Amino acid sequence: MTDMTSGNIWILLLVIGGATFLLRLSFIHLFADRQVPETITRLLRFVPPAALSALILPPIVTQNGSFAFFLSNERIPAAIVAAIVAVITRNTLYTICSGMAALWLYQALLG
Amino acid sequence: MRYFVHRSLTIVKKEAHMPELIKKTMESARSNDDLSGESGKSISSAFWAGVRDISPILLGIFPFSLIAGVAQIGAGLEPFPAVAMSIIVFAGAAQLATADLLGNNAPAVIICLTALIINLRFVMYSASLSPHFSGISRFWKWISAYLLTDQGYAVSIIRYSQQHHLPGQKLWFYLGCAIPLWVLWLIGTVIGVIVGLKIPESWSLDFAVPLTFMAIMLPNLRDWAAGVAALTSGLISVVAFNLPMNISIIVAAVSGILVGFFTESLLRRKAHD
Repeated sequence: MTDMTSGNIWILLLVIGGATFLLRLSFIHLFADRQVPETITRLLRFVPPAALSALILPPIVTQNGSFAFFLSNERIPAAIVAAIVAVITRNTLYTICSGMAALWLYQALLG
Repeated sequence: MRYFVHRSLTIVKKEAHMPELIKKTMESARSNDDLSGESGKSISSAFWAGVRDISPILLGIFPFSLIAGVAQIGAGLEPFPAVAMSIIVFAGAAQLATADLLGNNAPAVIICLTALIINLRFVMYSASLSPHFSGISRFWKWISAYLLTDQGYAVSIIRYSQQHHLPGQKLWFYLGCAIPLWVLWLIGTVIGVIVGLKIPESWSLDFAVPLTFMAIMLPNLRDWAAGVAALTSGLISVVAFNLPMNISIIVAAVSGILVGFFTESLLRRKAHD
């Protein structure tokens, strides 16, 4: 749970929202008549896989803030099930449902 | 008008090489939202064509927005700022990362930097859409920029490449994709915030967050370099997990981007030899 005061949270949200808006506005309006350098385009292409991957693995391989690579960590097999479903179906809903179902099933079997 | 005729001819020429199925799909699309006629009608048909194209994708967005609402309330935000975040930021992955870091009490600077690295991809979309929006007024440019999302971008850019539109129609097609997405995102967040207050922790609903990202990322790993970028970033995010101030996501993402870039350069050089 955050300790941040509600005033600071509003400031944080406005800063993130404002900066995100500027990123979105960048070439649509601010630099509309400029070409994007090729190096930048090539670098930006790797933002989605790299940024998302950094958000995927840590919550799967940790339990209560410390690492758990063991079978007792039911999140690992559940994530593998969901990964297979994601690749095959390319469907967000199926991926989330299969991963959660696998997690609950595993918890029920262990519990 | 002359430009328009010329463009139609080039499209017809291009179609000669296309498989039958694609040709048929394009024909039916074109007869439904035809370009001719008075501008009011063609604008509204462009809008509804956008709504139609985004509809199947909305089904996948809805659980994502619910989870964003649940995560934002779970991080300890009050219900009002939790909902407002979906309006102010309106970017799912960054919202989920922000909620997670807020919950861990990460420093504000780290939270901002992490969200911005995740959202850097919008610069790429913005550059790609720019030539299609060149004729529109500043007001609509600002509205379109605010509404920019992965899904709205992807659906629009596919349509722009298949079919000729007048500049106004391009805007309204895009808005037809973007506005329903925005409305649904907000409804989903509100429901997520209400439900999230009542869900017991034993349900492990926080696990839905990495699952959502998996669903977005894995089907989009189209080549080796992107795979290497994802793998590098994933490994580093685990190894660097205990670095102070929750800086690990930034370190991992930047490393992944750079390693992906150099892998692609190497592969290109090899292909040239």
